[in-house]
Amino acid sequence: MNILKVALKEFFGMFIDDGALALAALLLIAIVGVLVKFAHVDALLAATLLLLGCLLILAESVARAARQKFQRK
Amino acid sequence: MTTLTTITSTVTAAFLGSFVEVVEAFTIILAVGVTQSWRPAFIGTGLALGLLALLVLALGPLLGLIPIELMQFLIGTLLVLFGLRWLRKAILRASGFIALHDEEKAFAAETDSLRRQSAERRADFLAGTAAFKAVLLEGIEVVFIVIATGAGHGMIGYASLGAAAACLLVLIIGIFVHKPLSAVPENSLKFVVGLLLSAFGIFWVGEGVGADWPGADLSLLAILAVLAVFSFAAVRMLRQYFNTHAEVAA
Repeated sequence: MNILKVALKEFFGMFIDDGALALAALLLIAIVGVLVKFAHVDALLAATLLLLGCLLILAESVARAARQKFQRK
Repeated sequence: MTTLTTITSTVTAAFLGSFVEVVEAFTIILAVGVTQSWRPAFIGTGLALGLLALLVLALGPLLGLIPIELMQFLIGTLLVLFGLRWLRKAILRASGFIALHDEEKAFAAETDSLRRQSAERRADFLAGTAAFKAVLLEGIEVVFIVIATGAGHGMIGYASLGAAAACLLVLIIGIFVHKPLSAVPENSLKFVVGLLLSAFGIFWVGEGVGADWPGADLSLLAILAVLAVFSFAAVRMLRQYFNTHAEVAA
């Protein structure tokens, strides 16, 4: 049971380290999906938005981690 | 559409991703074998591999039931999460904000822990459990990497080949070296894997929503290049930030 718990924790840990990054990435993907399926935005444009959005989310996440490192000291 | 670019990138991503995971599992198995004995190391490893095989046999056929576009979207989503997580850690490691992964240290920590338990009656069981856990946990990641890099274009076979080659290579090096594989540039490999997995994720989500990527599979390389340029720029900027603040703190 303990091993199952550890395995499940590890499985979810594979995808989520910084919760804000994971949430923002999921939101971005959902927005891209909605834009294409319901607002009929060009799929390639939406995919490009996804790439740029991922870069933005990653930049915010590493910048926040860097700031926190020195704020804690 | 199966192209050389897709096959090469699939095999490379599966090989490199699996390689770093197998190196980590190997360190624990070696620690168990050297500190306790090889019997629990092999039993723990064998049981974990058996459980992983059962998981793959049970869940593998279900993949065939999912429509390809939905599969690309779902796997792409998981890969974006997985890849960005790796990339974030790799950027923070390369710029000095988190410690580099060191197999020698991991080996020392595991052998210390096993030595403390060696007087217990259940020492063999605990050592076997350590090997079992390591192989199961790293193995789950390998299985995910194989599915994630291969399933989107029906190339699980190629991805499995990449992963199998990684396991074989670690095993061969391990038999000859017989110590933690600390000479493997694990942190650099993790950086490359983070880039590859993120690129695959963005590519699959794009395909899943119906994007007609220019140059088809070749655009995977373009996405990879954009991510790489961004990541190296981020490392450069964060290193400067780190050095400036470290000097002030000192």
